[in-house]
Amino acid sequence: MAENRTTGFPNVDATVLGADEIILNMGPQHPSTHGVLRVKLRLDGERITGSECIIGYLHRGVEKIAEHRSYQQFAPYVDRMDYVAAVSNGLGYCEAIEKLLAVEAPPRARVVRTILTELQRIASHLVWLGTHALDIGALTPLFYCFREREEILKIYEKYCGARLTTHAFRIGGLQYETYDGFEQEVKRFCDDFDRRIDEYEALLTTNRIWLERTKGIGILTAEEAIDFGATGPILRASGVKWDIRKALPYAAYDQYDFEIPTGKTGDTYDRYLVRVEEMRQSRRICLQAIENIPTGPIMAKVGKVLKPAPGEVYHSIEAPKGELGYYVVSDGTIQPYRVRVRPPSFINLCAFDKMVRGHLVADVVAIIGTLDIVLGEVDR
Amino acid sequence: MSLDQIFFYFFGGIAILGAVLTVTRRNPVHSAVFLITALLATAGIFLLQRAEFLFAAQIILYVGGIMVLFIFVIMLVDIDVALRRVQFTRQRWVALLLALVLGAQVALALWMGRAGFRLPPARPASTEGNTELIGRVLFQSYMLPFEIASILLLVALVGAVMMAKRKT
Amino acid sequence: MIQDLIQFMLRHLWPLVFGVVIVAVLPLLAGYVVLMERKVMADMQARLGPMRVGPHGLLQPIADAVKLLMKEDITPDKADRWIFWLAPLISVTAAMAAYAAVPFGPVFQVADLNVGLLFITAVMSMGIFGIILGGWSSNSHYSLLGALRSSAQVISYETAVGFAIVSGLLLAGTLSMQKIVQAQAEQQVWFIFLAPVGFFLYLVGSIAETNRAPFDLPEAESELVAGYMTEYSGFRWAIYFLGEYAAMIMVSSIAVTLFLGGWMRPFPNVSWLGFLDFLPAVVTLGVAGYCFWRAPRQPVQIQKVVMALFGAGVLLVAGVLGWAASLPETMTERGGILGAFWFLLKVFSYIYGFMWVRFTFPRFRFDQLMRLGWHILIPLSIVNVVGIGTALVLAKQMHWPRWSAISLTTAVTLLIAAWLVHLELERTSPASGGAEA
Repeated sequence: MAENRTTGFPNVDATVLGADEIILNMGPQHPSTHGVLRVKLRLDGERITGSECIIGYLHRGVEKIAEHRSYQQFAPYVDRMDYVAAVSNGLGYCEAIEKLLAVEAPPRARVVRTILTELQRIASHLVWLGTHALDIGALTPLFYCFREREEILKIYEKYCGARLTTHAFRIGGLQYETYDGFEQEVKRFCDDFDRRIDEYEALLTTNRIWLERTKGIGILTAEEAIDFGATGPILRASGVKWDIRKALPYAAYDQYDFEIPTGKTGDTYDRYLVRVEEMRQSRRICLQAIENIPTGPIMAKVGKVLKPAPGEVYHSIEAPKGELGYYVVSDGTIQPYRVRVRPPSFINLCAFDKMVRGHLVADVVAIIGTLDIVLGEVDR
Repeated sequence: MSLDQIFFYFFGGIAILGAVLTVTRRNPVHSAVFLITALLATAGIFLLQRAEFLFAAQIILYVGGIMVLFIFVIMLVDIDVALRRVQFTRQRWVALLLALVLGAQVALALWMGRAGFRLPPARPASTEGNTELIGRVLFQSYMLPFEIASILLLVALVGAVMMAKRKT
Repeated sequence: MIQDLIQFMLRHLWPLVFGVVIVAVLPLLAGYVVLMERKVMADMQARLGPMRVGPHGLLQPIADAVKLLMKEDITPDKADRWIFWLAPLISVTAAMAAYAAVPFGPVFQVADLNVGLLFITAVMSMGIFGIILGGWSSNSHYSLLGALRSSAQVISYETAVGFAIVSGLLLAGTLSMQKIVQAQAEQQVWFIFLAPVGFFLYLVGSIAETNRAPFDLPEAESELVAGYMTEYSGFRWAIYFLGEYAAMIMVSSIAVTLFLGGWMRPFPNVSWLGFLDFLPAVVTLGVAGYCFWRAPRQPVQIQKVVMALFGAGVLLVAGVLGWAASLPETMTERGGILGAFWFLLKVFSYIYGFMWVRFTFPRFRFDQLMRLGWHILIPLSIVNVVGIGTALVLAKQMHWPRWSAISLTTAVTLLIAAWLVHLELERTSPASGGAEA
């Protein structure tokens, strides 16, 4: 069978079909593919025997643009990659450039960054939960999740003026001081949120139909997950206890006490449990952080014009989708020589073919949902 | 012309029309739809004869079960039009002969009229409903043949499932 | 002959009137059930639902009907035109014709057939052709597959539903809808308490019969099959939709008649609860009061007027119900009018249950759906019929007290149900997701 050069998997090609096989195309425009993703499935009756993801419909040349912008000018662009969790993208980029410049953001900035990033993790997981449940047929959790997400977006809007593509952080720290009432609002949200997660769990976690649709679907063993380079909740649900917030702490994570939820079998249900537990742990981090935000400056001493010494740096953070990494090469000018983004959604998507083989067509939607991909990040 | 007669001619006409259209259509799904109309008209005639249970059973089983099966098969099986035509050509003389013989018998019966048949005296209409009567007869007097028939159907069902499973 | 026909019409005047009323009111009723669904959905999803068209969205169904009438009527290029036209009609005719035997009250019924329940089942089973022919005539591979799946689901669950109905019939002893309600009055208990497993089987089966969530994969799963209704646009689609909601009201009517006491008020034989007869009037009076209270607070002038008119209409209904309750017990109008209110209340409660289930549970995958129907529901429904039959034999011929016999057989049936579920879980759990038997 003709092999795909880059993935090594057999191409889903009409010329190499078996006797009873057909090709089904889930086109780029589709209610359940969470963006413009095209999936070609090779089917034997109802069972999937092969698949191919065709991406690139949202490619905007972000990394090329980076070579023609100054470091500060490029910061808003990174929000548009994983547009569901823009604050995390910003954090990764700003910390990478700070590493390149060998400056450290002041303690107050680090703590506020942590709070905002953990709120973003909750918001991203809420979008994931609502849409994943909707794809599987539960119509109601979507609205409950977005109701909570609304609170978080209001906090962002009050802080930096934007809800979705926030550009919340600057290289060296923060631009804006937290507004009056920031701690109270975050605390109110966190106090309320535990009960809300219980609501979502009551609807789904022990529901017979949910279990049948997610248990045993899309299994990825620990070795396979590591081989594919999958990171984030997918890796942890397969049983590998790896979280960059604990392994290579950044921002203020080493000051706080939280757990890393892991799963056992690596199926869709485990990934669901892991992400729901992550929401609870994020809430825990937020509550600890707002108890004690240090006073002090919010911006480190960086010049207006940033000209890092020639060199390269790779810095990664634990974004809601997985390990988001920035590899920045500087040639001494005000514009970077190269910014390469390690997109977690793209690398997690590579495991799609392995996860989907042998399942029925109706499970494809569940598996795409459980991967939690954002096409902005996959295509950049 | 009493109302009963009007309804009888109405249902009978639809039945005949449906039957004729069933065998003259090219498209098998059209034939199936006309067969359904013919069966519904027959059910109507049952109702006219005060046999309500047969009316409902005809619709549930014949129309709602057997015709659904027919239509499933028609839609899922790829019927080769040429193959159909070849079959028709080979047997049409025998078919014509048989149809003529049957037609002659029916014409003879119609010509002889009612006097030609020796019917038993008409029983007075029962006060019990048709359902109760059938239930009583089926489950008391003719219990054994009923059970044998149901076992026969069960055997056929199990056999069909076994044969289908073996293929996959 | 003309004389005969006129005599026939006059003798059957009231049933004719009822028939006309049902056919005229049913589309409007189905439209308002759609509005009810949207409002209930919104309520469960922490939002408001339609609010603009008419006060609180009350004129939304009319706006939707007008819009659908004005939409372009598209027929696919190579579709079979005749069957494409016929399929929605079969769907809606089957659903509507069955209303002939539904007792909305002791008087309000088109025809009290002595095989009423069987007639309804028979006519409803004709509705399958609407689905199959609709999917086939669209000349689209995916429509056909969706239609075949949908109809396979319906006929699979029809057996379970039929057996559940039989279990209720055993308790009633008759197929006539009126006599079933009277049997519940005579036995002084709703059959849901005598046959709870039967009611539950009927509930689950009726949700599957009407293709509603969680059994709506053939129509809602938009990745493979968009369902048999895809190629239908404008009014043809509206007819399909009308047929689906009419079928939903139909299965609710059967459930209410067979298991929930039909048109009788709760505790019909307990005379000191006679004040409950005034409950319909009081409730509708409350609704009318709410309308009048909210009318001045509507944002737009025309909505205020519509709300006030609506309140006036409800007040009229309250007046009629109050007048009916004050009539002496023996007059048929009293039973007829009050009975219609209780019947509709129970039917809408059952439909609210449908909607509640729809917005709570995720969807079954098709093979899981079929497995549930064939492996669990059909065996359980057969066991249930045997159980109820045994209970009746024990009660009537061996003279056990009725409640002990029923409790015993229900307990045994529940044990067998638990065993069936356990078997099924064992069969599917060791296998991984794709390799189920």
